[in-house]
Amino acid sequence: MLDADFFRRWMTATAASVDREAERLTALDSPIGDADHGSNLQRGFTAVAAALDKEAPGTPGGVLILAGRQLISTVGGASGPLYGTLLRRTGKALGDAGEVSAEQLAEALRAGVDAVMTLGGAAPGDATMIDALVPAVDALGDSFTAARTAAEEGAVATTPLQARKGRASYVGERSIGHQDPGATSAALLIAALAEAAGE
Amino acid sequence: MSDEQLVGIVLVSHSAEVAASVAELAKGLAGGGPAVPVAPAGGTEGGGLGTSAELIAAAAASVDRGAGVAVLTDLGSAVLTVKALLAEGDELPERTRLVDAPFVEGAVAAVVTASTGADLAAVEAAATEAYSYRKV
Repeated sequence: MLDADFFRRWMTATAASVDREAERLTALDSPIGDADHGSNLQRGFTAVAAALDKEAPGTPGGVLILAGRQLISTVGGASGPLYGTLLRRTGKALGDAGEVSAEQLAEALRAGVDAVMTLGGAAPGDATMIDALVPAVDALGDSFTAARTAAEEGAVATTPLQARKGRASYVGERSIGHQDPGATSAALLIAALAEAAGE
Repeated sequence: MSDEQLVGIVLVSHSAEVAASVAELAKGLAGGGPAVPVAPAGGTEGGGLGTSAELIAAAAASVDRGAGVAVLTDLGSAVLTVKALLAEGDELPERTRLVDAPFVEGAVAAVVTASTGADLAAVEAAATEAYSYRKV
């Protein structure tokens, strides 16, 4: 079973990983976006880690709802409301249980990913974070490691795609050949989940 | 309807200057009627280009007179942040609506309509209708 501590580890592992990879995320965002994805997420997840340190919510849902709220208010770019909605909706789906199973987490994450698709209007194949998250949620039933691999493969698979949402869609066919920064950061989030699970 | 109950307008842009200038433009073109509460929410809190949930929430609270708040946005994170705040439920005043409208033309239409004492639905309709003003 996964408790609030597990979810705190997930968020702090994500913050550390975004910190390490910020320059790479921003570099991916330079040719097709506005070169702020790494620094935006770094600011957001630093705020998440600080807020969790200060408030220490006692339930898995509480951790994710607080984290999502921090992202919406601190990121400053589209990834804020998108990741914020992902975590908040996942947190709300977990309710106020003190511990949840991996199956419940997979189900809640699916609700979170659905909410992101509704908010941003993106579908699989549009070269967005959805292309990493949907396969990850599908694989989560097997293991956290399988989800991490699926997310990383999903992110790499955005390279030949033409971006159809957000700033990258304005550059049209020139977005082809670039791995999507949002799918890349989504893979970091899922990798941190596997890390929190000790896998 | 009394002047205290005009619909409030919030203008959200990635740029503080754009939001403030469009607010001035719309108020200027609204003429001499009752002063519509209009607040810009532009850029990030640090003054850069982007969107601030805090600035949006503060702007919405500052223009809320009880008749509802119409929020107009430019693009991308401005749209998504307002939608995410609306989904939160308690971040924005009751009867706050994201209006689907072109930013400049919609802002002028919204402020002019609000200055007549029109309700939120009428303000929203006027702003959205601005999409149909063809220029060529």
